[in-house]
Amino acid sequence: MWVYVGRRLLLAIPTLLGASVIVFAMVHLAPGDPIAAVMPAESSAAEIEATKRAYGFDRPLPVQYLVWLQRVAQGDLGRSIATRRPVILDVRDALANSLVLALSSSLLAFVVGIALGLLSAFRQGRLLDKLCAALAVIGVSVPHYWAGIILIIVFSVQLNWLPAMGAADDPGLLPFLRHIALPTVALALIPLGVITRVVRSAALDILNQEFVTALRAKGLAARRVFVHVLKNSAPQILTVLGLQFGFQLGGSVLVESVFSWPGTGYLLNLAIFQRDIPVLQGVILVLATFFVLLNLAVDLLQTLIDPRIARH
Amino acid sequence: MRALARLLLALILPLTLVAPALAQGTLRIGMTASDIPYTGGQSDNGFEGFRFVGYQIYEPLIQWDLSRADRLAALVPGLAESWEVRKDAPTKWVFKLRKGVTFHDGSPFNADAVVFTFESIKKKDAPHFDPYGSGQVGFRLASLVGVSKIDDYTVEFETNKPTSFVPYQICYMVIVSPTQWQKFKDWRKFAEQPSGTGPFKVTRFVPRERLELEANKTYWDAKRRPKIDKLVLLPMPEPTTRLAALRSGQVDWVEVPPPDSIPQLKAAGFTITRNSYPHNWTHTLRLDKEPWSNKLVRKAANYAIDRVGICKNLLNDTCIPATGVVYKGHPWFGKPKEIYEYNPNKAKDLLRQAGFDASKHPAKAVHLISTSGSGQMLPLAMNELIQKNLKDVGIDVDLQPVEWNTLLTRWRAGFKTPENEGLNAWNISWNFLEPWSGFGRFFHSKSVVPVAVNTMPYINPEADKLIDEAERTFDIGKQNEILAHVHELVVDDAPWIFVVHDQNPRALAPKVKGFVQPQSWFVDLTSVTVR
Repeated sequence: MWVYVGRRLLLAIPTLLGASVIVFAMVHLAPGDPIAAVMPAESSAAEIEATKRAYGFDRPLPVQYLVWLQRVAQGDLGRSIATRRPVILDVRDALANSLVLALSSSLLAFVVGIALGLLSAFRQGRLLDKLCAALAVIGVSVPHYWAGIILIIVFSVQLNWLPAMGAADDPGLLPFLRHIALPTVALALIPLGVITRVVRSAALDILNQEFVTALRAKGLAARRVFVHVLKNSAPQILTVLGLQFGFQLGGSVLVESVFSWPGTGYLLNLAIFQRDIPVLQGVILVLATFFVLLNLAVDLLQTLIDPRIARH
Repeated sequence: MRALARLLLALILPLTLVAPALAQGTLRIGMTASDIPYTGGQSDNGFEGFRFVGYQIYEPLIQWDLSRADRLAALVPGLAESWEVRKDAPTKWVFKLRKGVTFHDGSPFNADAVVFTFESIKKKDAPHFDPYGSGQVGFRLASLVGVSKIDDYTVEFETNKPTSFVPYQICYMVIVSPTQWQKFKDWRKFAEQPSGTGPFKVTRFVPRERLELEANKTYWDAKRRPKIDKLVLLPMPEPTTRLAALRSGQVDWVEVPPPDSIPQLKAAGFTITRNSYPHNWTHTLRLDKEPWSNKLVRKAANYAIDRVGICKNLLNDTCIPATGVVYKGHPWFGKPKEIYEYNPNKAKDLLRQAGFDASKHPAKAVHLISTSGSGQMLPLAMNELIQKNLKDVGIDVDLQPVEWNTLLTRWRAGFKTPENEGLNAWNISWNFLEPWSGFGRFFHSKSVVPVAVNTMPYINPEADKLIDEAERTFDIGKQNEILAHVHELVVDDAPWIFVVHDQNPRALAPKVKGFVQPQSWFVDLTSVTVR
């Protein structure tokens, strides 16, 4: 078990290095310049050169990358060009906000998605199944940022019930819930659709197996059969849940931007437009690390639930 | 299922009923900046940084009079009560400082604070040198080379040449508290707990999210003590986010609402304020290559643009037509020979005179434009209209849209780079707040890239002579007359396609009263009330 975990963690290192090289190269290949975002348009060439030197942008790219890598190895993600704050602070705050949003939207998507998926599996072919299918298709197909804008128009602008943007500025649970409600719903739509479909098909697979027929023939109560079905489809569902949670964390750039939710997605968006390279690299590195760890956790959890999955 | 629905309702309902209680007289502003502007003194984020942060927390020695809407904002005494250039030595300026002013930390404002601030911008080896703040304003104080304390309330600035533009430079330098800096000896920490003399002081700083300020109850000018208790600044780069935040009551004031939202906002009771101010939206043309090397073609392009149509139909009256660098009524407008009205027939005639012809010798150009950006208004829609206008008279313009950051980076390098070689113009908006920004940096032969930003390049010995003369003329009235002559020359040479002047629209909730929108990039928030 621990050897397996250790090997997986070692394998994560080349994955992360690869991600960081790609990010680094892409940022530098893209037109534009971080200096343009922080220096007034009319600054003199000499001032711009001096600033570039101060940030180390005058050095060859591979050198810049190695310097960055060396710092990261020591736990230093550098400083943001735009705010001059240590990147680690910006990323820490943003990650906390994104985690909260990912958790709340995943919770919503998981609970409702699993419920709808099981409902339609057990009511296969009936009206309820079709309704759930329609809902799932809508959830997967509607762009979630567009849904976010619609939610804002309805609930913030027209009805004036919930705030349109930002995280709560006052302490307490209520302001927090008010601010997180709309982004949670917007972000939950896609995983909701995906989970509903996956749960339905997983449950149907099991339902069509002979042992279920045997259980029913034995006269087992419907509730008990349901538990058996759930248990047997759990590994497949769990994989999807894990991946979806990861997507929630990394894929919320658009929703966070629409709601100005100060998470990693919003930060990433800002950093891209400002060409804030240290922030960009810091966020991506942290998110990639998260993905790797999450996948590992899901794999381990799967083997715990279903010992048939071998770990070789 | 029903139980679940009931549970959900029970969870959601209380959320909708309780709106957060606000302190009396809190003004919340949605800015266009994507981040909180630098709070450590010399502002970043362009003039929006000065508008909401620099000039609210801090003050310059000479400031802008922002109390009136009916005329261009003028320079008035700020932390200096008076100033004059020495008759015996025209490179030396004596400033008499205001007495009895204290910083937010309680320490007194005096000559030491002025010297300290100046050194933080200009003296690279000083322990209190602020490289970031210096990068933001250093180039605006270009001719100031030194400052010395005469006594506690008198300082003398020295310039590298006799220049009458000193007051315009001084207003970009806000005075910071040396006492507060000494507590941290670090500009980043100072920026989190800043101390100036301005009408508002910082109470809470959440990086990237919000800046909270409270009224400075002991502000030295009793007439300008803020009427509101609290000011909250929120960065909201997305126009739709600003609009939603305003309409849902999360903010009371937004900068630059989307033009097409203005009729609805008005109908819903919001106030839209606007005014002329020193802003122009232009195409800066490349003058060493066809077709824009020909003055007649440049004039043709200027007669081809339907500016009224752009302002009325596209921008809902949030701009006015531009027929020059500055607008009519501005002291530098003068009496240009050409007033560029929409006249496609005249444009076609001019093009023919210039020897261009659709079949044998077509006029073709490639223009670099941005997809968005500070002060760029609606660049894509506006440029498509301009492209159509030019096409109608026989000028084919290929628009190359790039992201704002990319446009700025490429513009800075000038036209003569491999990347920019194929271009004939760029579309960027400018300010003309003072003579250097308006004329010196663009139209003087000494400003050719890379020294400054005369990218075209515009070389006109007469313009050089007049700009230099204006700089040597210490009487503001006479200086304005000379600059008006420069303007007449530039309008006649048409090195730009003049398009529009923005009107700086902002939308205010009905409960916001008492705001006067000046003819300026900056605002006075002390007169505002929020019921």
